[in-house]
Amino acid sequence: MTGLNRMMAGIGLGVAMTAGALAPLTAYAQDTIKVGVLHSLSGTMAISETTLKDTMLFLIDEQNKKGGVLGKQLEAVVVDPASDWPLFAEKARELIAVNGVAAVFGCWTSSSRKSVLPVFKELNSILFYPVQYEGEESEKNVIYTGAAPNQQAIPAVDYLMSEEGGSVKRWVLEATDYVYPRTTNKILEQYLKDKGVAPEDIKINYTPFGFADWQTEVAAIKEFGSAGKKTAVVSTINGDANVPFYKELGNQGISAEDIPVVAFSVGEEELAGMDTSALVGHLAAWNYFQSVENEANAEFIKNWHAYIGNDKRTTNDPMEAAYLGFQLWVQAVEKAGTTDTDAVLKAIVGLEVPNLTGGTAKVLPNHHLTKPVLIGEIQADGQFETVWQTEGDVPGDAWSDVLPEDKGIEADWTDPLTGCGRLNTATNTCEVAATAM
Amino acid sequence: MATRILTLIAFLLALALTPLPAVAQEDFAAQINALGPGSFADRTKAMDVLVATGDERVPPVLQALSDGNLYIRESDGKVVIASKAAGGLQLTDPVDGADLGVLPSGELEKIKTNNGLRGKIRTAIGKLTLLSPDQPTRLSAAQSVLKNADPAMLELLDQAISAEADPGIKSTMQMARALIVLKTDAALEDKRAAVDLVVAQNNRAAQTVLRNTLDTAPDELKPTIAAGIDSIGRTLAVWDVGQNLLYGISLSSVLLLAAIGLAITFGVMGVINMAHGEMVMLGAYTTYVTQLVIQSVAPGLMEYSLAFAVPAAFLITALVGIGIERGIIRWLYGRPLETLLATWGLSLVLQQLVRTIFGPTNKLVQPPQWMSGTFELWNLSFTWNRLWIIVFAIAVFIALQIILNRTPLGLQMRAVTQNRRMASAMGIRTPFVDAMTFGLGSGIAGMAGVALSQIDNVSPNLGQGYIIDSFMVVVFGGVGNLWGTLIGAVSLGVANKFLEPYAGAVLAKIAILILIILFIQRRPRGLFALKGRAIES
Repeated sequence: MTGLNRMMAGIGLGVAMTAGALAPLTAYAQDTIKVGVLHSLSGTMAISETTLKDTMLFLIDEQNKKGGVLGKQLEAVVVDPASDWPLFAEKARELIAVNGVAAVFGCWTSSSRKSVLPVFKELNSILFYPVQYEGEESEKNVIYTGAAPNQQAIPAVDYLMSEEGGSVKRWVLEATDYVYPRTTNKILEQYLKDKGVAPEDIKINYTPFGFADWQTEVAAIKEFGSAGKKTAVVSTINGDANVPFYKELGNQGISAEDIPVVAFSVGEEELAGMDTSALVGHLAAWNYFQSVENEANAEFIKNWHAYIGNDKRTTNDPMEAAYLGFQLWVQAVEKAGTTDTDAVLKAIVGLEVPNLTGGTAKVLPNHHLTKPVLIGEIQADGQFETVWQTEGDVPGDAWSDVLPEDKGIEADWTDPLTGCGRLNTATNTCEVAATAM
Repeated sequence: MATRILTLIAFLLALALTPLPAVAQEDFAAQINALGPGSFADRTKAMDVLVATGDERVPPVLQALSDGNLYIRESDGKVVIASKAAGGLQLTDPVDGADLGVLPSGELEKIKTNNGLRGKIRTAIGKLTLLSPDQPTRLSAAQSVLKNADPAMLELLDQAISAEADPGIKSTMQMARALIVLKTDAALEDKRAAVDLVVAQNNRAAQTVLRNTLDTAPDELKPTIAAGIDSIGRTLAVWDVGQNLLYGISLSSVLLLAAIGLAITFGVMGVINMAHGEMVMLGAYTTYVTQLVIQSVAPGLMEYSLAFAVPAAFLITALVGIGIERGIIRWLYGRPLETLLATWGLSLVLQQLVRTIFGPTNKLVQPPQWMSGTFELWNLSFTWNRLWIIVFAIAVFIALQIILNRTPLGLQMRAVTQNRRMASAMGIRTPFVDAMTFGLGSGIAGMAGVALSQIDNVSPNLGQGYIIDSFMVVVFGGVGNLWGTLIGAVSLGVANKFLEPYAGAVLAKIAILILIILFIQRRPRGLFALKGRAIES
């Protein structure tokens, strides 16, 4: 709605997609480096991923104004995998094999990431993956710029257990039924039990995708919370199901002072579609909030608003992750002096860039980043207010130490050619990772 | 409202508390300013100091802190109360209420609160407002006293109970008193009386109080308390059935609304309309646009925006429906597979069109005040928006019955569906009736969208979530029969809600699907099958 141009472009895009052949947006040019953008612009995930596509175009535009990379201009190649997991693999192949992109920025859901993995391995290219995820993975061809479970879920639970967070003793793990919540809850359940929480004080509940009728679930949370011990809800509810969930919470009068809900998938974008006045005090754990007061962040938000032409558009955590991934890739290419995959992967480990919250994002040998963890409370204006944050940055742990089967497992890609994604430090052997789908 | 309460608080404190020796002005200012710097723990300490003064100026300051209206003036570190004004924030001195002018928000720093602090503020204000003449204020005060059960409150609570006239508030206060008595080392007889009193309340709050005291109670009372918890539990189990029934009826009303338009287009006309969900979505977006228009033209009417949105949604989606029928579907009558594919494609086009025009993110539809919150009846609780949706669904159903059975258009519709050629021979313009029927079905879907905008996302994907359920309801109820759709919606909704607490939402949904498959095997035409030669052919 930011102007006729964008609307016309959008309509053009829609027409091109209906025709079933979305050609690369820009014509062939001699001295450019191509960068692939692989985010759904239609279908169910468009709600989240469209913003990341805009973010990538914004970042590339900014970089080109600074003179590009290696003296060449960058050229974005945008494709639309339409929230269809197999189509992600096809589009990734098209980007790498047909368009010859140097790196791809994309994917949101774990299903889409798992779908493109074999393509990136086979064609040896790089994927920058900007979303918090369930961990239990480390691949040569992927740089994970979002949070691993130890950079989001575990600190959030620690906060709620602390006196400041309300000394929570009883836990409801409310989740959508798919791979990310299942794995996260497995880790959290083990972690809570290790901390001495009795099994009867943990309630895990799964609901289907897009679930809209939360009456029974919210009433059950209310009842579970009336047992006399301080109760909190850890929500890994995904996507569209969040709005009806929070509406029901507000209407049934569950206030954050009585039963706080901490969410791992609700950011500024999601809150924009809700009336947050009844939700003040409910929590979210991220590595970035738009409200963080910091020069770098203020600059980023200012430029983003100028680029998108709408000063109401929010920024969010995956946008910061995309920003970090892009800055790291630019630095790695400059350092390697080439866009060759193995050279860039060798150069990128150990690189550091300042993040937008005043810390430093460093690429670890396991292809994850160091990140601060922030806990924010929802405010009446739809923003988060940081109420707690980790001291210093937390290194991302690919294989959670909480799970017994992953104790002592590390990943090391310092040398991309001989590295290992699942190194058993006890036996010093490289195990073949069981691909959990 | 807030200001009224604050005035009351001030008035009451002046009345009820013995006037304390006035704290020196400077001391009080320093105590207020101590709320500003430091951690949450420091702020809590500063708050305790303030509450201990018992000063009448304290509650408004705490309320402002809780509401996020308390700021530090960066120039001198003074803590001030702020409210929105043109050009920044309007400041008030918390010490003497003086007007401190307007400052841009850049020169002020908001004092942060968190859940813990807000909880403590609520308790502090609760203590200070237990004798308020205002009923809701007193109720929330009583509830906050019940929540933290501070033994120091006993005396004030006794005073409040003897003065209390409202039975609901009185029982909350008595429960709080009982809980406090059980916490203190009062005589056994007092404690026994307190337990009996709580057990007699026989509701969920009472059960919570008993559970809280079970561990610390004297051994003689433990069996009584345990028995009390059990007996309340049995009562509540009975109420739970009623509660599930209510939830089931609420889900049924949503299903009915979503499906009833389809009962016309699919049930009566026989068109497999996969774009039905998108009509619901368009209705929801019409609500959003209506609110935007009302907001800019007549903000005072926002409370009644839904009253404008319902006819607007009906008209717009009915027109879109007529367009679809005239443009696409009429070429495909008698070819169900092609109709299915064409409408499926159409649904994707409509989704992407809305996504392009309005953007992919959710849109905010403001709920009106009268549709927010919960009401409690005996041991049942129910949200207002769900109740209104049930009322709306029933109204739509009745209106549709009247249209079909009492109007010329309804008569023509039924005639055309039963025997198209005969109706045509009698002079009915069948193409016109087709278009009107499809428009009616689509318009009703649009009205359903207005209702769904109150409980679900307003996003381009809204319709997808309802299309399968709608077909399920129509097929289960019996194609071509509105009463079948009603019964189908109610039985599916109630069955789903009764299964959910035991099987979980995922399994409940699967179980319902399996049940429907089995049922359709036995009765392929659904619950209420139409009979007659025209149907058989």
